Amino acid sequence: MGEVLALLFNTAVFAAALRMATPLIFAALGGIFSERSGVVNIALEGMMLIGAFTAMFVSHQTGLPWLGVVGAVLAGIVIGLLHAFFCIHYRANQVVVGTAINIFAGGLTVFLLRYYFGAAGTSPSVPTIPDITIPVLSQIPWIGRIIGRQNPLVYLALLAVVVAHLVVYRTPWGLRLRAVGEHPRAADTVGVHVFRMRYLAVALSGALAGLGGTYLSIAHLSRFSEGMTAGRGFIALAAVIFGKWTPYGALGACLFFGYADALQMRLQDVGVPTQFMNMLPYVLTMVALAGFIGKSVGPKASGEPYIKG
Amino acid sequence: MDKVLEMHAITKQFPRVLANDQVDFDLEYGEIHALVGENGSGKSTLMNILYGLYQQDAGEIVVRGRPVQINEPRVAIDLKIGMVFQHFMLVEPLTVAENIVLGAELKKGLFFDSKRAVQEVENLSRQYGLTIDPRAKIADLSVGLQQRVEILKALYRGAEILILDEPTAVLTPQEVEDLFKVLRTLKAKGTSIVFITHKIKEVLALSDRVSVLRRGRKVGTKATAETDEQNLAEMMVGRVVLFNVDKKPAQPGPEVLRMEQLTVEDQFGQVKVDQVDLSVRKGEVLGIAGVEGNGQSELVEAIAGLRKAASGRIFLGDREITNSSPLKVREAGFGYVPEDRHRRGLVLDYTVADNLILGIHGKKPFVKGCMIRDDQAVYENAEQIIEQYDIRPPVAKQLARSLSGGNQQKIVVGREFTQNPDLLICAQPTRGVDVGAIEFIHQQVIAQRDQGAAVLLVSAELDEILSLSDRVAVMYNGKIVSVMSADEVTEHKLGFLMLGGRLEDYGANEVNGHAK
Ligand SMILES: Nc1ncnc2c1ncn2[C@@H]1O[C@H](COP(=O)(O)OP(=O)(O)OP(=O)(O)O)[C@@H](O)[C@H]1O
Ligand SMILES: [Mg+2]
Repeated sequence: MGEVLALLFNTAVFAAALRMATPLIFAALGGIFSERSGVVNIALEGMMLIGAFTAMFVSHQTGLPWLGVVGAVLAGIVIGLLHAFFCIHYRANQVVVGTAINIFAGGLTVFLLRYYFGAAGTSPSVPTIPDITIPVLSQIPWIGRIIGRQNPLVYLALLAVVVAHLVVYRTPWGLRLRAVGEHPRAADTVGVHVFRMRYLAVALSGALAGLGGTYLSIAHLSRFSEGMTAGRGFIALAAVIFGKWTPYGALGACLFFGYADALQMRLQDVGVPTQFMNMLPYVLTMVALAGFIGKSVGPKASGEPYIKG
Repeated sequence: MDKVLEMHAITKQFPRVLANDQVDFDLEYGEIHALVGENGSGKSTLMNILYGLYQQDAGEIVVRGRPVQINEPRVAIDLKIGMVFQHFMLVEPLTVAENIVLGAELKKGLFFDSKRAVQEVENLSRQYGLTIDPRAKIADLSVGLQQRVEILKALYRGAEILILDEPTAVLTPQEVEDLFKVLRTLKAKGTSIVFITHKIKEVLALSDRVSVLRRGRKVGTKATAETDEQNLAEMMVGRVVLFNVDKKPAQPGPEVLRMEQLTVEDQFGQVKVDQVDLSVRKGEVLGIAGVEGNGQSELVEAIAGLRKAASGRIFLGDREITNSSPLKVREAGFGYVPEDRHRRGLVLDYTVADNLILGIHGKKPFVKGCMIRDDQAVYENAEQIIEQYDIRPPVAKQLARSLSGGNQQKIVVGREFTQNPDLLICAQPTRGVDVGAIEFIHQQVIAQRDQGAAVLLVSAELDEILSLSDRVAVMYNGKIVSVMSADEVTEHKLGFLMLGGRLEDYGANEVNGHAK
């Protein structure tokens, strides 16, 4: 028993939790922007996957991992715009478009991987973004061992949460974003351009999901492997719901899921099956949706295309 | 130029309807111009075109002497045109101040300056006497207050031309008074106002000129002073309209609906209906008068099985229906015209035909065998009701959403009335409905009564209560404060009781009133 307790509060587990949470945080923030604007983004998974591939590819070609980050963001934006185009202009069913993008992303990355590297399964190892040590922070006992030395992208993710919160709740753009996702016609009648807002939000969503993918391929690991997102896009989506469509809420959920993930590897030794921990995010989401933890109500117009006039 | 706005020969074709057919309309500086017409005559369409939500197919708009292209609301806002919509355009989770400044936010650096937004709203509301709490969430406001927010929204954007689309349909008499005061103040400050309504009394009380539309065409524009109730009604409907229903004295039979000590609470546990004893007999109309929000809605919903009774019992005939499911209540012989047609009465994305069988869709003749839908019967039923109730346009296959508000109401009324229920509850049955249709619905209510239905009528319109009811119950603060037979009732007395006056005091108050 003492052994398990020690494990639960182990700083190494916490540090790992933060690492596991990072890609989820980026993607969840992406999900928040998209859903807040009224577009369901089930394509987070595919966007992450393409981001992961692009980051690896650019880093491999140029030797500059930070350029890989830029590439992944751009790729995410492109996929986001694609999603937006079908959902907004053609009013296609958003879940169907998202699913299609996920399948497309799976296929495309496998194809490109084999085409460029001839290898099945994984890419060669590429230059990564190295971890950094934050001078003062790392000196603090206990905490320092958790967040004192991490990858820059981990810090970026935490920063992004704060920025996203400010953008959503404190800027005019955020106010419009919330209005558009809640009652697009009302926004339209006061001169807010619903389509433009939604395009921007979904593109931003793609950029953030792309960043999440980047972390996987050139920070956490140093290579891309087929299907390496392994459902993280969906877990991020679960975090969005669990966190009630707020950046801080989603952060909490991502950290929790990341913790469960980090714990899982260690708990195996104690005899808890992996499958149980893998199940956790989904079970918790269902619990959240069933309303056990206060009501979790999303933006009202989420998933509904806007028809002018 | 003495016209702030001119619309010339505006034409708008929708897939099945010519909504505006060469309509001319103009507005003078500082006038209140009433726009009236039957349901579906194209009033909202014309104003939506002016606001840039729809584009006209032909015709020209001139604002302050300059021809303009209004292809989106932004352009209208820049032209200082503001609109209060028939169905409000408010974002519920946001606050009053946020809704008002949305799209024209004040900034502090990169951020939205919510402090100043609150201040500006406070200033504005003081300036126009529109009291409101800028920090309140929209979802927590009454409709009357929500409308205030809509007006402030337009004023915040500096509207000099203010369009109000049926602003009084959802207001209590007191709120209507308040609104009129505000509109007169605005007019005095030079604002030009377009006022859409179905209530001729309001036209006469408020407007300087009035324009009438019928079936997409303009019938005429008159100075309000040169017209009267009968004349306007005729222009709207194209025939003489009867304002008082012809009805024979009631032949009341046995009790059909009986409530014993009924108490109902709202979702927050507040008592809304307080130990009510009331019954409705076969062949009579019992009207419940009362300012909205005094428990009428909860009372009706408890009978309909849509809300739980906290205590007390309800009987329909000799069956107890307390806390039965809506389906059970219906099967006991219950018809219901709900007050909110969008929420309770219709599925907007179903066709008219499907809406006309809601609730009886599982019954003969709409199913053959045990579970197969009989389309032919569904459409025959629809054709029949559409014709009988003059639903326009008469197309069974279109979505309920695309109909005008009044025609949507006719769908609900037609469906419920044609089932000849034992007990018929009509809650605000003529809300948003034109004079011709009101006359028709009123006649149908009386016809139901004469066929032996027990009718419970809930209405905020005193005229409606007075002209239809055989007995009148006044509801105040959850209690039935008085039940009178129709011949004891006057409008004045009702008004007194509805505001919480006691019947014993009525005479005394009257005397004092005259003495002063
Ligand atoms: N978006 C739309 N698509 C198709 N038809 C429409 C649309 N909007 C309105 N119509 C039709 O155009 C006609 C005019 O409708 P409009 O809403 O302007 O009437 P209205 O005079 O405002 O009626 P009401 O008093 O009932 O509100 C109606 O027949 C309506 O069914
Ligand atoms: Mg209308």
